[in-house]
Amino acid sequence: MIPLSYYLLLSLILFAIGIAGVLLRRNIIIVLMSLELIFNSVNLSLVAFAHFLQSMTGRIFVVFTITVAAAEVAVGLAILIAVYRQRKTVYVDELNEMRG
Amino acid sequence: MEKIFFFMFAGAAVASAIAVVSIRNPVHSAVFLMSCFLQTAALFVLLRSPFLAAVQVFIYVGAVIVLFLFAVMVLDLGRERFGEHLHRQKPVALAVIIGLVLVMGIGISQGRLEAPIGEYTEEAIMKNTEVMGKLLYTKYLFPFEVVSLLLLVALIGAIVLTMKEKK
Repeated sequence: MIPLSYYLLLSLILFAIGIAGVLLRRNIIIVLMSLELIFNSVNLSLVAFAHFLQSMTGRIFVVFTITVAAAEVAVGLAILIAVYRQRKTVYVDELNEMRG
Repeated sequence: MEKIFFFMFAGAAVASAIAVVSIRNPVHSAVFLMSCFLQTAALFVLLRSPFLAAVQVFIYVGAVIVLFLFAVMVLDLGRERFGEHLHRQKPVALAVIIGLVLVMGIGISQGRLEAPIGEYTEEAIMKNTEVMGKLLYTKYLFPFEVVSLLLLVALIGAIVLTMKEKK
C-alpha cells in the first residue's frame, strides 16, 4: 500500500514544475501547456484524496475539472491564434499592452 | 509490487514534465506533455479509478494534445534561439517556486489525514464506472448540466474568437 503523502508529494512536484513553466517560459504555448500540467497535478491529488478517504466526491470533481480544462484549452488556443494574427508574436513579455 | 509501479510512473511523469518546460521545440514539448498525461492515467489506475484513466486518455491525450499540435503547426513557430526562451524574471520566479515547494512539502510531510472515512471501500468501488454514472445522474445532476452549458459556451467562444473579421 502506497501512503497518501507519496501521491501528494508527486502532485506537489508536478505543480511546482508547472508553476516554473508559467513563470519562466516566454512562449505562450508552453505557458498553456504548463497550465495543463498544473491542472493535471491537482487532478492527481484530488483522486488520491478520494481514494484514501474512500469517497466518490473527489473522483466526480475530477470529471468536472477535466471538462473545464478542455474548455479552457479550446478558448486559450483560440485567443492565442487571434493574438498571433494581430501581433505576430507568441512571447508573453511582448504582449504587455494591458499593463498599467 | 504496487510501489515499484508507482515509482516507475512517478519518475516518468516528473521527467517528462521537466522536459515539457525545458525543451525549446514546442512540438517536442507537446509530445512530452502527452507522455506525462499517460503516466497520470496509469497512476489513476493505481488509485482504483479506471474510468478517470480512460477519460484522461480520451480527453487529454486525444483532444488537448491534438489541439496543441494543431496550434503549433498553424502558427509555424519552429525552434526558439538559445537563451531566448526564458524570462528576465528568472531569479524571483525560482525563489518563489523553491519557497512554495518548501512550505507545501513541510505541510504534506507533517500533515495527518483526520477527515471521516466515506462509504466507498475498495469492494464498493469495484464497479467504478457504474457508481460514477449513478452519482453523476442523481446527486450531481445540476453541476453536470451546468458543465454541458459551459462546453457549449466554450465551443461558440472559440469559433467567434478565431473568425476572421469581414471588411
